[in-house]
Amino acid sequence: MKDTLQLVHRLSAHPDSRCWYVAWSPTGALLASCGGDRAIRIWAKEGDTWQCKCVLSDGHQRTVRKISWSPCGNYLASASFDATTCIWKKKEDDFQCLTVLEGHENEVKCVAWAPSGNLLATCSRDKSVWIWEVDEEDEYECVSVVNSHTQDVKHVVWHPTQELLASASYDNKVCIYKEEDDDWECRATLEGHTSTVWSLSFDPEGQRLASCSDDRTVKIWKECGTGDESVDGSWKCVCTLSGFHSRTIYDVAWCRLTGALATACGDDGIHVFKEEAASDPEQPVFYVSAHVPKAHSQDVNCVAWNPKEAGVLATCSDNGEIAIWNYQSDA
Amino acid sequence: MSAGTRLENANPFIFQRSGERLLTASEEDENVIDPIDDREIFDIIRSINDPEHPLSLEELNVVEQMRVKVNDQESTVSVEFTPTIPHCSMATLIGLSIKVKLLRSLPDRFKIDVHITPGTHASEDAVNKQLADKERVAAALENAHLLEVVNQCLSTRPA
Repeated sequence: MKDTLQLVHRLSAHPDSRCWYVAWSPTGALLASCGGDRAIRIWAKEGDTWQCKCVLSDGHQRTVRKISWSPCGNYLASASFDATTCIWKKKEDDFQCLTVLEGHENEVKCVAWAPSGNLLATCSRDKSVWIWEVDEEDEYECVSVVNSHTQDVKHVVWHPTQELLASASYDNKVCIYKEEDDDWECRATLEGHTSTVWSLSFDPEGQRLASCSDDRTVKIWKECGTGDESVDGSWKCVCTLSGFHSRTIYDVAWCRLTGALATACGDDGIHVFKEEAASDPEQPVFYVSAHVPKAHSQDVNCVAWNPKEAGVLATCSDNGEIAIWNYQSDA
Repeated sequence: MSAGTRLENANPFIFQRSGERLLTASEEDENVIDPIDDREIFDIIRSINDPEHPLSLEELNVVEQMRVKVNDQESTVSVEFTPTIPHCSMATLIGLSIKVKLLRSLPDRFKIDVHITPGTHASEDAVNKQLADKERVAAALENAHLLEVVNQCLSTRPA
């Protein structure tokens, strides 16, 4: 194995707490983190070190579970166990809470900004997925509430180019949504995992979706296109990565620049998988390109590839730390 | 838990408490590194109060030393607990109390798994799944009311 994953930095980001999630700004210059201390922190690289540029601690009453940057990089959305989603606006070096989106009955588990910047999706333990529309006056309106899952919805992610949304749930399923006559509908349900699906990531082209689960597997789903955009394709599982993880897999991320697939696991490890170049698109083969067994001293909760710098990976852990890694591949 | 309400299991069978751990000379020697063993884990959880009865989980046989497995080298702890009746509505709370007690007592490196003894509860899978979901456990412990109930189970009862 000539590919390497090397530690570049390790920072104590949310001391005495859990760091749940990290997200790169669209330019890759800033890294936002959030955690059990109810705070969001914004980090930037200065020379060889990473500095905390600001702490957003007055927005939420409980754990901040996930964060999402708007595609323009001027807004940050945060999802909290306090049942609200905050929208923060960047003003020079600071962030101001612009608005608070209310409506979910309990913990909001995830928030995701659509690539167009005009839509936002949130999901909650209340089993629902909400789609919000954003207008030029910074007004947010809920346009749809979809109840396709029978349990806690853990994650939502948008397709990289189409207005297509995917969600993952404690009910072991993944749902795919599209807009239909001003309403959002579940158009496909992906069944195959045998326990909670924790996270999702589309491949760079948006043709495949990776899901990771408490069943300790990663599944790769591929849309079997009909060629006709008005007819829904169905999604089938074309690959299952099993035997690599010894506990729950909390996150999966597909690098837009290199196509490498990273996972964050409850066994404290991180993996990077690569696809065999010559493998059959209907039966792709992935191999372990890099593995760091004790990447953190506790569960790894999130993996995030820098969107501009190929190979730069951020991870975060239950011990409150963030680590920055450099992945290099010969292949 | 609250007086006046009918207990689900009004007359539980009460078991004898085990004796205190006998300390050996090497265990008392500060220079000898001794790994955490099953009995130490059992000692951490046996005194947890039952949410319904003025009895400990050990006295109700909800926890037993033989259902505790620790691997110090691999930093894993697995505990099975046995609800007194198969429809016990307190099973999740009992499991949560065991988990919280271990999280508070053990070094952070430990992976703690708490399960219902197979075949002893009607909603075994659902309870196990909830206890294994750290996000739900974290959210539950931010709920002031639930945290108070858990803390009551973990409090030391006046002798």
